[in-house]
Amino acid sequence: MSKSTHAIQHKQITEVSKPRRYGMAIVEIGIALLIFFAFALKIAPDVETNFVMTPGGITQGTMQDMILPSRLTLLVLAALASIIGLVQLFKGFQKQTNLMVGITGFLLIMSFLVWQGAGKSLNLGGMLNSAVLLAVPITLAAFAGILSERCGIVNIAIEGMMLFAAMTGTIIGSLTGSCFLGILGAIAGALGLAAIHAMLSIKYKINQTISGTVINIFSAGITAYVSQKFLQVNEAINTPPMLGRVPIPVLADIPFLGPILFNTNVFVYLLMIILVILQFALFSTRWGLRLRSVGEHPKAADTLGINVNRLRWMGVLLSGAIAGLAGAFFTLGSVGRFEEGMTAGKGFIGIAAMIFGNWNPIGSLGAGLLFGFADAIGSKLSILGSGIPTQFMAMAPYLITMIVLAGFIGKGQAPAAAGTPYDKE
Amino acid sequence: MKKEEQEKIDRGKAFLRKFNKEDGDEPKEKKSFWQSIRIPALAILTGLLIGAILIVLTSPRVYEAFGQGFFRGIGTALNEVYVSYRALFTGAFGDLGKIIKAIQSGTPHQIRVAINPILESLVVSTPYIFTGLAVALGFRAGLFNIGVEGQLFIGTACATFVGYSIKGLPGFIHMPLALLAGMVGGALWGFIPGFLKAKTGGHEVINTIMMNYIAFRLTDWLLTGPMTRQGAGSMPVSPIIEKSAEIPQFFPSPIRFHLGFFIALGVAWFIWWLLFKTTWGLNLRTVGTNPRAAKYAGLSTDKTTMMGMSISGALAGLAGAVQTLAVNRSMAIGLSSGYGFDSIALALIGNNHPLGVVLSSLLFGSLRNGATRMMVVSRIPIDIVSVIQAIILMLVAAPGIIQAIYHLKDLKTGDNKVFLSGWGGKA
Repeated sequence: MSKSTHAIQHKQITEVSKPRRYGMAIVEIGIALLIFFAFALKIAPDVETNFVMTPGGITQGTMQDMILPSRLTLLVLAALASIIGLVQLFKGFQKQTNLMVGITGFLLIMSFLVWQGAGKSLNLGGMLNSAVLLAVPITLAAFAGILSERCGIVNIAIEGMMLFAAMTGTIIGSLTGSCFLGILGAIAGALGLAAIHAMLSIKYKINQTISGTVINIFSAGITAYVSQKFLQVNEAINTPPMLGRVPIPVLADIPFLGPILFNTNVFVYLLMIILVILQFALFSTRWGLRLRSVGEHPKAADTLGINVNRLRWMGVLLSGAIAGLAGAFFTLGSVGRFEEGMTAGKGFIGIAAMIFGNWNPIGSLGAGLLFGFADAIGSKLSILGSGIPTQFMAMAPYLITMIVLAGFIGKGQAPAAAGTPYDKE
Repeated sequence: MKKEEQEKIDRGKAFLRKFNKEDGDEPKEKKSFWQSIRIPALAILTGLLIGAILIVLTSPRVYEAFGQGFFRGIGTALNEVYVSYRALFTGAFGDLGKIIKAIQSGTPHQIRVAINPILESLVVSTPYIFTGLAVALGFRAGLFNIGVEGQLFIGTACATFVGYSIKGLPGFIHMPLALLAGMVGGALWGFIPGFLKAKTGGHEVINTIMMNYIAFRLTDWLLTGPMTRQGAGSMPVSPIIEKSAEIPQFFPSPIRFHLGFFIALGVAWFIWWLLFKTTWGLNLRTVGTNPRAAKYAGLSTDKTTMMGMSISGALAGLAGAVQTLAVNRSMAIGLSSGYGFDSIALALIGNNHPLGVVLSSLLFGSLRNGATRMMVVSRIPIDIVSVIQAIILMLVAAPGIIQAIYHLKDLKTGDNKVFLSGWGGKA
């Protein structure tokens, strides 16, 4: 009996993943070919790429420059990508499929850098440092998505919540002159919108995507309104104090990793703390188990005496709080003032990162870093003048998102009840 | 044999009709006129009320007046709202007193200036009709097209390119050709997410948004590179389109009212016909409302998804093409702000019915047009329209709120015609 059900399940899994498996194999082999033909063959054999491993202006944890023979490195990278692709094609990676495509993505990015830096010097440390920074809002948005979707509420309003939070954060921060209060203000702003989302989708049971769209429209409108009416007129309420770079003692001295991870913006540390708490709370506590059960099978959870809608409210509000922190990053962590539409789709990319990361915080962090890396390259190389129009470089994160979505959104992965309101009958 | 087959098809159609519950030919329960417009009407009223509250809350003058006395504050608040909404109204429909005066004076230019607001409202409404239809058609097929903005950008770029690059064609060929180019561009931009949804299950909500950003970057590149107008100043713009590609405007300056408005009405009629009078439309709606039933009836959801997204994109592309050929005459960066999200609101407020979309587009076109005047008169940022729009959308989508506010008793719920799938993608 158990053997037969196991067999059925196994068959189902391979059946579902077959076209995806081949699709991903094609993508991976395509990347390998791209590296080989577009990068490796275009470079003379004796050229070297000089990677500077420490971000500029940093004195702790410095590391010597890494000098690589460009062509040989590219050939190795292409070989690695093709091995992954071939294994994918003939054997498949099953649960590790996402990870493997992620790794191939990193190989592509690295080869691109080696190719770009051929005969030049490229600050890899600085690029990674800014990649981590750029990954912060995306990853936080992904966490926000996880909290909401794990309890069964689709939240595409993260973008709107972030934008609104960025504004409330800058206003409260400027008025009080306190970063801490600014962040609280941002969280409060996003919480307000999250409460509306929860009310619309839990109490009034309207379509959650539409509810999210309501919030996105509202947020875009109200922030532009307030910005034009107040923030642009009165600079005093749009100059918040900023959370800057703070080196962590001892850890910041680790060569290479120190300057990237432990001598950086406070928001990065906040992200790491939230990651640990979230991962633990979701998968190792009773609360997490209940939250997930509400998202997978609300009826069963209800029969067991769990208050479905209360947990859903909780999930959406927590999601809002994290989206608020992500919004605060824009005004209090990176830019230092509010600008209209400054979140620029990061909330949506965060949702893609959530999907890529299988609704799992650690996975989402990986995906967020990948997007952040793509973003960092775009902005750095446009300064370097790579010959590729900057607009095309800027498309990279969006293109990657689409490729990722095409490959990864499987039926069995999303919380089963995400998107459906719960009717207690 | 043939008769039997026909019967089988008829039975299948009847089954689908039953499944769809609502039907273009004869609705099962005739709702009274008041009942069918009650929710939207109350939603619009409430939206405007909240807009008024926003105006009051963000007006420094009101706070000053409240400092001098409670009634003075109330008075100033009401005055502020009156002045702003009056400007909104006259900006949208014209000032009756001015119109009469202009007609009395008899100078054509003055008359044109006086009646311009209402015609300008129609001009502003025109792209909304197209984009609203685009979203509504998507919803009917169970697809959420947030990518209207990007499709519109690509449509604009294609139409503009055909508009300026081809020279020496007669107008009756060149203009339709440019429109067609816009449609094809938009359709392509819609097809890609449709294809991805049908073949891989990648959700169209995220994919269309990503396609938006890609479209922004792409048009940005086009306008600074291959399609740039030489010596045009700091803001990158495309060359001006040929005279032969222009959609004619009916009156001399300042009235910009053009043929495109009637094209929009015609397209709305066509979409209505397509959706409610053809088997194709019935199939599309079945896939949208009940994909499982559609599968049992042997309909291809994949094909419908791809077709639905392509047509939706074509409509969005048409919006950009018409706007360029009739009004802007060239493409500039950032020519469309917020059509994508606005049109979602329009489609839902219009209950995803072409007539409803036309009406809600006229309403919001007028609001937007009036808001421009309101911005001049009382310095209220135009984005207040988005806020009002979001509130109206919320109230239309959640009639329960309206019911609670206005204590409606006989509300029939369950006429929400939007069915969207979760992340699982393929149903």
